Amino acid sequence: MTNAAFATSASTPSRAEPIPVSKILPWAVFGGLMLVLTVYFVGAEEGATSLIGGSVVHEFVHDGRHLLGFPCH
Amino acid sequence: MVGNLLLRGMMVGVLAGLLAFCFARTFGEPWVDYAIAFEEHASHAAGAAGGMEEPEIVSRATQAGLGLFTGLVIYGAAVGGLIALAFAFANGRLGRLSPRSVAALIATLGYVAIVIVPQLKYPANPPAVGSADTIVARTELFFAMLAFSVALMIASVMLARRLAERIGGWNGATVAAIVYVSIVAVMFAALPDIEEIPASFSPAALWNFRIASIGVQAVLWSVVGLAFGAVTEYAARRENAPRHTAGAAALR
Repeated sequence: MTNAAFATSASTPSRAEPIPVSKILPWAVFGGLMLVLTVYFVGAEEGATSLIGGSVVHEFVHDGRHLLGFPCH
Repeated sequence: MVGNLLLRGMMVGVLAGLLAFCFARTFGEPWVDYAIAFEEHASHAAGAAGGMEEPEIVSRATQAGLGLFTGLVIYGAAVGGLIALAFAFANGRLGRLSPRSVAALIATLGYVAIVIVPQLKYPANPPAVGSADTIVARTELFFAMLAFSVALMIASVMLARRLAERIGGWNGATVAAIVYVSIVAVMFAALPDIEEIPASFSPAALWNFRIASIGVQAVLWSVVGLAFGAVTEYAARRENAPRHTAGAAALR
């Protein structure tokens, strides 16, 4: 990845510098995990799988789940 | 830096979710209502004595209003955040594309990989379509399709970058796209089909529901892609303006 950064900085100084992967990775891992978990709660919780009991989450986001194309029931 | 991008993506995503809600409410809800009326009619016909009514935990008004709103805004924020993370990786690494183009490209490719491809194989279904007995299998197939599609798209973009060094950006992207579509076609043929549409369910209503579903996602992804790019270029311009104004003006 370092050579890619050198190449772009040498040839096109006015373009956006790539952010080093080492700086993105922690954000991508933790942020990505949180965001995917968020999608899970909107899209799949209390359908086929359930982390918390009952069906309030499922019923509450019911219409959004159907219209976003997730399998619902 | 990445934190700022992530926050920006999520805020843009909330805005997109808001607009997607307006679209879903207008074009999607009539077909959800149709499907629920169909479902109730069918269950009345099945058990004439009644008795097996499902208890209403959340009212229809809440589901179609606050519930739909919450679902779409949260989903929008998540999509916005994921696009921001993809942008952090891609910006400056995809040839000489401007940040605005990179954001639009990511949103387009994300829409293809996360919405279009999985939906072509396992399209959105309104209530009343789909048997409760197969929900586990259907969910597994759907998420398997989704995960595979996203992984394949990332691999294709990396392939396009590799090829671009040798045969140019346009040819590289074309070859990578052909590879992507071919593998998707094989995947479509290999995975089982699901056919659970009740015979008396209106095909037109089903079609309209699915178009509305694709439309909700189109509104969401295009707003995130365009707004994120616009805000990012605006922020970059403001950052650079005091130091070399002439350069920034020349770029416009």
